Amino acid sequence: MFLKSIINEDDCKKRTAMTNIELNKELYKKIYLMRKAEEKIQEVYYTDVMKTPVHLSLGEEAIVAGVCQALSVDDQVYGTCRGHALYLARSKNLGAFYGELCGKVTGVAKGKAGSMHISCPESGFVASSAIVSSTIPVALGAAFAAKYKKSNHIVAVFFGDGATEEGVFWETLNMACLKKLPILFVCEDNGMAIHAQIKDRQNYSIPEATRSFGLSVHSDDTTDSERIYSITEQAVQDIKKTDVPHLLHLKYHRYLEHVGVNEDYSAGYRGQKDDYADWYARDPVLFQREKLKLLGIIGDEIKLMETEIDQAINESTKLALDAPFPADSELFKDVYA
Amino acid sequence: MKTITYREAINQTLVQEMERDPAVFVYGLDVTDHKGIFGSTLGIEDKFGAERCFITPLSEDAMTGFALGAAINGLRPVHIHQRVDFMILGMNQFSNMYSSCRYMSGGKLKAPIVVRAVIGRGWGQSCQHSKSMHSVFAHIPGLKVVLPTTPRDAKGLLTTAIRDDNPVIVLEHRWLYDIEGEVPEGDYVIPIGKANIVRGGSEITVIATSWMNVEALKAAEVVQRKHGVEVEIVDPRTVYPLDEETIVASVKKTGHCIVADYDWVFCGFSAEIAAMVSERCFKELKTPVSRLGFAHTPCPTTRPLENKFYPSAVEIIRMVENKLGLELADLRGEEFYSYENKFKGPF
Repeated sequence: MFLKSIINEDDCKKRTAMTNIELNKELYKKIYLMRKAEEKIQEVYYTDVMKTPVHLSLGEEAIVAGVCQALSVDDQVYGTCRGHALYLARSKNLGAFYGELCGKVTGVAKGKAGSMHISCPESGFVASSAIVSSTIPVALGAAFAAKYKKSNHIVAVFFGDGATEEGVFWETLNMACLKKLPILFVCEDNGMAIHAQIKDRQNYSIPEATRSFGLSVHSDDTTDSERIYSITEQAVQDIKKTDVPHLLHLKYHRYLEHVGVNEDYSAGYRGQKDDYADWYARDPVLFQREKLKLLGIIGDEIKLMETEIDQAINESTKLALDAPFPADSELFKDVYA
Repeated sequence: MKTITYREAINQTLVQEMERDPAVFVYGLDVTDHKGIFGSTLGIEDKFGAERCFITPLSEDAMTGFALGAAINGLRPVHIHQRVDFMILGMNQFSNMYSSCRYMSGGKLKAPIVVRAVIGRGWGQSCQHSKSMHSVFAHIPGLKVVLPTTPRDAKGLLTTAIRDDNPVIVLEHRWLYDIEGEVPEGDYVIPIGKANIVRGGSEITVIATSWMNVEALKAAEVVQRKHGVEVEIVDPRTVYPLDEETIVASVKKTGHCIVADYDWVFCGFSAEIAAMVSERCFKELKTPVSRLGFAHTPCPTTRPLENKFYPSAVEIIRMVENKLGLELADLRGEEFYSYENKFKGPF
């Protein structure tokens, strides 16, 4: 198996002893769901039934699945316009997901949010924003509320490497550390801000600069969701114990164009697909599937999990397509409470 | 009923609401220092502790988003700005996040936030410590904008704002803090969206915001004395939602309308009122709606130019005379308000 060379077997055995098969199955289901749910979007997008710009998560699944697996149901997450994976990690409601993308009344926000502002507050995915960095200070306030109310939950906020170029990011780090708020910063670093490479944008190192604020920082470029789960689990424990905010700096490769459903290596701004062979070789879905096999789970069982998810996706998409659009009167609802 | 100042009315309201509801907290630059935002936050940290009243880093953008995160999680933040001009640093949060948070969640989230900010003219405060900005905020659906004028308004409207489940921006003119007036004790609310008839009159209507009510009152007194004309002054008090009915009823009665707004005229609140009055009172209007506001310039520092920048009672008087075809009164010997000659109330 080609992944044997990538998965450190000793490491794997150690963790296998520590964790369990159920965890890895759970992670695989999440990652597979994220991948297939977005492949379905790719499949139907050309028919124009989803009139909403989509920023797909292909390539980043392991980060979102791993981090969210380590959070409790009361822990909140805040996201970005690339928010599908986060939604699917937190909400089981696939119908409301596709309903939202199709602009239907069955959507999680009755079609008002679309893809870029998707959230699911009832599942703890409280908000996302299409203005880079805008949910970062909101998560700060949420962490303050958690502390104020003496609840024991934490807040995780996801953002890209580009968000660290916004002033509000640094303002938030400062306040989070100053007030010792229970917040986990998750930087999903794909080295790209739309089409601009990090070398043309940043004159600092994200881990070094953030560490100087007093945060505890962990960097990794793994696509192993279990590893990300373990890092996050430790970070969450530390935050609760020490009151020091943590930052996970996690690298991944964005498979597709910034917005849209296609690959765009031919555009020439970031080299060719072959240049990223290393990332594709350890694709999160392949990686986790191979891991399950190494853990002794047979192909039939994996297939069963996959079929169940495939069916749910197909049924949910069909329901969303058949659902009605919101009535005109919906336009004026929920502007004010 | 006790006579207290505007600053005392605000202070009393914050204390009462913080006592009533443990979810209410107060924060912002300078809220705990010896000046206490023109005295309006003095003593609050001592009474409620640093958990519920605290200063922040100079990070308006983050601290604006912070309120939203706290509010959607069940708290009721009151964020205070020493000058409205600093609020602009949080504009992304106001216009992209506060305003749409409920809508984008399909009605699942609510954001009970109060943002208090000091507006208007001081002493040589120039262009970046003196604006008003209510037209800009009121332009954005999802926000409410309130400008209390009297001590009674300050208490009634701030109480309502804190209890409101939406973001409410409360703008307080710095020259109003000293004004005294009767304020009901205990629990006292004024609905957001209800105008106040500051002075009754039958011959011409002046719609005035915030400090312009003081100028309008002075103008009305002079016009009454010099010309025997009774000016009606209507203070909308809340820019959004707007009490159109009170304004329309007044203009239908008088047939003349002046909007004296404490903001720039172009694309401002005065334009909104002029359009609304023209549509709804077209038949009753004897002259076109006239408007007064800031000069279309940045605010200069030097006093003579500053005097020309801000609208005043004199301009209201001249506008009334012009609209009613009256001879210009001799205003020599009249005393008008200034930094050195402040209006002390009561209204």
